[in-house]
Amino acid sequence: MTQHFAPIEGASPVDTALSETVVRIVDLRRRFGQTPAVDGVSLTVRKGEVLGIIGRSGAGKSTLIRCLNGLERPDSGQIFVEGREITGLSERDLQPLRRRIGMIFQHFNLLSAKTVEENVALPLKIEGQSRDERLRRAAELLELVGLADKAKAYPAALSGGQKQRVGIARALAARPAVLLSDEATSALDPETTRSILALLKDINQKLGLTILLITHELEVVRSIADRVAVIDAGRIVEEGQVWSIFADPRTEVTRSLLAGIRPQLPQAIATRLTGVGREAILRVDIAGEAARRPLLQELATSVPGRFRLVHGGIDTIQGEPVGTLFLGVDTASRGIAETIEFLNARKARVEVLGYVTDNA
Amino acid sequence: MSQTMLELLLRSLWETVLMTAASGLISLVFGLPLGLALVATDRGGIACNRWVNGILGALVNGFRSVPFIILLVALIPVTRLIVGTSIGTWAAIVPLAIAATPYYARIAEVSLREVDRGLIEAVRAMGGGRWAIIREVLVPEALPGIVAGFTVTLVTLVGASAMAGAIGAGGLGDLAIRYGYQRFETAVMVAVVAVLIVLVCGIQWIGDRLVTRLDRRG
Repeated sequence: MTQHFAPIEGASPVDTALSETVVRIVDLRRRFGQTPAVDGVSLTVRKGEVLGIIGRSGAGKSTLIRCLNGLERPDSGQIFVEGREITGLSERDLQPLRRRIGMIFQHFNLLSAKTVEENVALPLKIEGQSRDERLRRAAELLELVGLADKAKAYPAALSGGQKQRVGIARALAARPAVLLSDEATSALDPETTRSILALLKDINQKLGLTILLITHELEVVRSIADRVAVIDAGRIVEEGQVWSIFADPRTEVTRSLLAGIRPQLPQAIATRLTGVGREAILRVDIAGEAARRPLLQELATSVPGRFRLVHGGIDTIQGEPVGTLFLGVDTASRGIAETIEFLNARKARVEVLGYVTDNA
Repeated sequence: MSQTMLELLLRSLWETVLMTAASGLISLVFGLPLGLALVATDRGGIACNRWVNGILGALVNGFRSVPFIILLVALIPVTRLIVGTSIGTWAAIVPLAIAATPYYARIAEVSLREVDRGLIEAVRAMGGGRWAIIREVLVPEALPGIVAGFTVTLVTLVGASAMAGAIGAGGLGDLAIRYGYQRFETAVMVAVVAVLIVLVCGIQWIGDRLVTRLDRRG
């Protein structure tokens, strides 16, 4: 995989401590007709981490996640869950294994004819637990997801966010080793999405539950994932810590996925960019160390000439500052080459986007 | 209407109710599993099997395409084998049940097919096998449709039982034909039709109430 910004010491919450592997995927392939949906994916999910797999629709992420619990059969490759290979197992042999893997869905998939508590208790019923036992566990889980008062309600009476909470409780009922999330927030509004993501993160931290989620929304990855893998045309094109991928996307796919949540040059300026002009517009990407220092102040004092901040900001991802600044540099009073050199020396990545003549 | 006529009407009503209920129950017991089998063995089903599906489908279509009055006569040997006689109310129940079973199987099949595939997937994902899918998903989720379809089947059986008079099964239809039609006793005809309307409305009303109570889809 590509090398990204080096993390600051002590700033990396994963990697070192959590090394036990829960899921290992080796060169997985699955094609539908002539089209490969998953085209040689290898991935490792470590115990206790939240791994986000992001990609556009049709990138193969659904097929990939469905292979993990055998809902989809790969053509080749291997999948190990808690060290046991699941590829090649019969449907019957897969059943006990699936209880080690919880799954939540975009459309919740709650049974309409069962009450909330019956839905949550269903995995335990299938497992053969007694009624008392499973209802006690259901009550416990409904408490965890904050829906204790809805135990006797039917799913139709719940809001989307509540339905997904029930889905999460149900997925946790059998105490799985890993939770698979298949676009779990894609059908929810932004506010509900945030509360569901907060719940997932909370469960991840409280129970140490490993979560593998697929999504097309970068916001999801941004807010709860420790690591991210970008999938495109059935292949993992980029993988690493979320903040470093965000700070330094290496592929076009990642860049376009990021476009929605990273600062973009305002349209009014973008449309007026030309090859020459009085003011150069620079895009400056900073992360980690570069974003911690008083970069603009240093720039102002050490290189003579005028410049202005056009647009941009610094965000915090996994505790790491990641930012994009758009600077307008006055070409008459200030050397562009010098400015770039100065910024590069401070680990900022600089790109000259173009020039504008009049201020806007 | 005379006292004897009233007694006759009541007895005929009982015969119709008996024929409808008994054959309805049999068609439920055999038709629902048949409907399940049709859905399960179909392409993409939980027990996909093209051969079984093809044979079951052909069988259902075969029985459904034979006009009931022909089936009634053609099944006389079978009826005699099962009931011991080919005449009377009980004898009529055999061809009625045999005709209603594939009919109900198709209706149940439609409801079962409408169950969201995502729900089946969810239960598979939690480690459920075919039985769990049938018991926890297919039947409970399709129950409103299964009950509504059963109501339709019962009403159809009320109508079909009229033809069973041809083998001396009695019933309201038979009464209407023999007295109302052949003897020109308009009062009997009107009375029979009135009772039938009440019967059918009653069945439909109970069925609708049940469906409303069962449907949790909101």
